Amino acid sequence: MNSETRDKAVVSRRDFLGTASLGMVVLSALSLFAGIFRMSKANVRYEEATKFKIGTAENFPVGTVKKLDDKGVFIFSTDDGLHAISSVCTHLGCIVAVSETGFQCPCHGSKYDENGKVIGGPAPRNLAWLEISRSVDGSLMVDTASAVPAGTRLKLIA
Amino acid sequence: MSDMSRSGMDRMKENLKALKQTVIGSFLRSGRPTSDRSRAAVMFNNFFLHVQGVKTHVNTLRPAYTLGLGLASFFLLMITTVSGVLLMIYYNPSIENAYNSVKDITYVVFAGKLARNMHKWAGEGMILFVLFHMARVFYTGSYKSGREFNWLIGIVLLIITFGINLTGYILPWDQLSYWAFVIVANIIASPKELTDSLGITQYFDIGGFSKELFLGGLTPGKEALTRIYLFHIMLFPILLFTVLGAHFWRIRKDGGLTKPENFLTTAVDGEMLTLPEKKGGIFSTNKTYGLMELAKGRTPAVDKDIENTVLSWPNLLLAEAAVFFLCLAAVVVYSFYADAPLKELANPLIPENPAKAPWYFLGLQELLSYSAFMGGVGVPGLALLGLALIPYLDREQEHVGIWFSSQQGKAVALRAMAVGAMVLIALLVFVINFGWFRTWWPNVPQLLITLINPGTIWVGFMIAWSFIVIRKTGSTRMGAIALFTLFLVSYVILTYVGTELRGPNWDFYWSKSQWPVH
Ligand code: HEM
Ligand code: FES
Repeated sequence: MNSETRDKAVVSRRDFLGTASLGMVVLSALSLFAGIFRMSKANVRYEEATKFKIGTAENFPVGTVKKLDDKGVFIFSTDDGLHAISSVCTHLGCIVAVSETGFQCPCHGSKYDENGKVIGGPAPRNLAWLEISRSVDGSLMVDTASAVPAGTRLKLIA
Repeated sequence: MSDMSRSGMDRMKENLKALKQTVIGSFLRSGRPTSDRSRAAVMFNNFFLHVQGVKTHVNTLRPAYTLGLGLASFFLLMITTVSGVLLMIYYNPSIENAYNSVKDITYVVFAGKLARNMHKWAGEGMILFVLFHMARVFYTGSYKSGREFNWLIGIVLLIITFGINLTGYILPWDQLSYWAFVIVANIIASPKELTDSLGITQYFDIGGFSKELFLGGLTPGKEALTRIYLFHIMLFPILLFTVLGAHFWRIRKDGGLTKPENFLTTAVDGEMLTLPEKKGGIFSTNKTYGLMELAKGRTPAVDKDIENTVLSWPNLLLAEAAVFFLCLAAVVVYSFYADAPLKELANPLIPENPAKAPWYFLGLQELLSYSAFMGGVGVPGLALLGLALIPYLDREQEHVGIWFSSQQGKAVALRAMAVGAMVLIALLVFVINFGWFRTWWPNVPQLLITLINPGTIWVGFMIAWSFIVIRKTGSTRMGAIALFTLFLVSYVILTYVGTELRGPNWDFYWSKSQWPVH
């Protein structure tokens, strides 16, 4: 094997070290950025919990709708039980209001039927149905972070 | 008393007497700017002036060429910087105090209202003037012949200008701020619309992730305000000034501003030649020179031998001072008559109806009302990409430095404006009257709306029209003129519709007076 072909086939020590250190620099820069992003993603949130109590079933007589303004949910009480529908528009997050046909958003005119299904406007998704559960002390709890399939109702035992 | 000390005192007295001279002399080390040499020295010895050349081309000084628009953007930036620092004396970036501190600035602090108005109007003025400046640069073909990269730098400046304005809008934490913030946060989350329709949100929720990073949580609260403040007073300004430095540096390195290849001087240009101050000699000191004497024998061109340049001091600096004082005067007068709005304290329970973003984003909000993803991310992203690529897709080097390049260019721009306005208005009239897919088929899949909506159709039209122009004229520059003109037309029309013609529930109204009372 003559020395010229050898030189071509084998990466020289200088090239190797050069490339390797460049790689290390790039890698460190990437991890720095990843670190900055990770740091910006808060570990602690100073927000209200997504899960909250709404009192007992007596608060919700059959046939009524209650709007819990500060929580962003509607609680519907029907013969079939209780269900919660989010009042946060799925378009850009405005608060919808009850209208003749269901719900109506003031921001860009999205319309939903009484089950929260989109029937007009730019909203890309139906209004979320939220989980209602019973806590140990017998009061009801809603979790706005936990969506359930539309039609899920909590049966009330009379 | 020794001789030594007396002469020391004497020297001290002399120094005191000469104080004025020596201080000025140390500042102007080449003497007063009375000769060409000392005028040149002023420019290259001064840190702040040396980014500009000692001599300036006559074309650059013609008001009708640059219209002073880049300068006006810069001076407005200076005004916002100074007034912004003043506002920071009292502003408190917490959701408990932000609103009250702004209210105090407006109603209690001495001259606070003026500072706030000036900050607001100069800042929003920047948007207008940066866009105008971009249009000037575009229509004079000044993104060519080595200036491609400076055009890209310009695009970055445009984005930062929007960003800095938007973050500022949120700081007062009133109803306008809050609901604009909610909308923006959800625009950031809007890639969800796409990932949802593709069914991959569970695995790859880029929208939700970006929103959480932006807000430092799930809802616009105190973490979010801290971040917005950080962006507004630190990150964006530092970026803006750094990038602006590069922008100015590049102008210098690219050989000053563009100018037409066959530049002809006119009689007026001769007035810019400055003469050494006469001290004695044959002529009296009061003698003034007419252009005829100066340009003798070489009319109509003045000083062809130095390629139509004149000394920057005083010509360029006077022009700059004029633009500066015009800007300052305009901002002060406007701020005296128009007050920056301040609504009620932010209330997350009651959305404004209509909830509108700041005016410069209302064109986008109109597009948002068709599809959040396309309006907030897709179309603006494409528009910025298109703008950024212009110098690389149109590389014809003729007619640089001439408004609209040629008669043909003017015609192309006019036609694009007329046709574009008609098509866009027709499209809007159609949507407002008949709605879109979901009005006709309530069960249409979201993906179809995301892909085919008035916004994307309009973008398709802009691209198609530009290709037709390129085909017909055989010139990429003409295609670029058509595309850029369509961009301006859509920005103006959509902004107008979003601002004036959209009322509660984003319904159409001819005027605000017809909005239902509630
Ligand atoms: C904060 C925003 C900006 C400021 C303060 C600024 C400032 C300036 C100034 C003072 C000039 C000198 C000429 C004149 O006054 O017209 C200039 C030239 C230029 N600007 Fe900007 N600019 C900004 C944004 C932009 C944008 C958005 C673009 C385009 C996308 C751009 C592209 C250019 C180019 C290519 C030149 C050279 C023009 C020529 O050679 O004739 N700038 N800029
Ligand atoms: S936020 Fe409800 S329609 Fe836009």
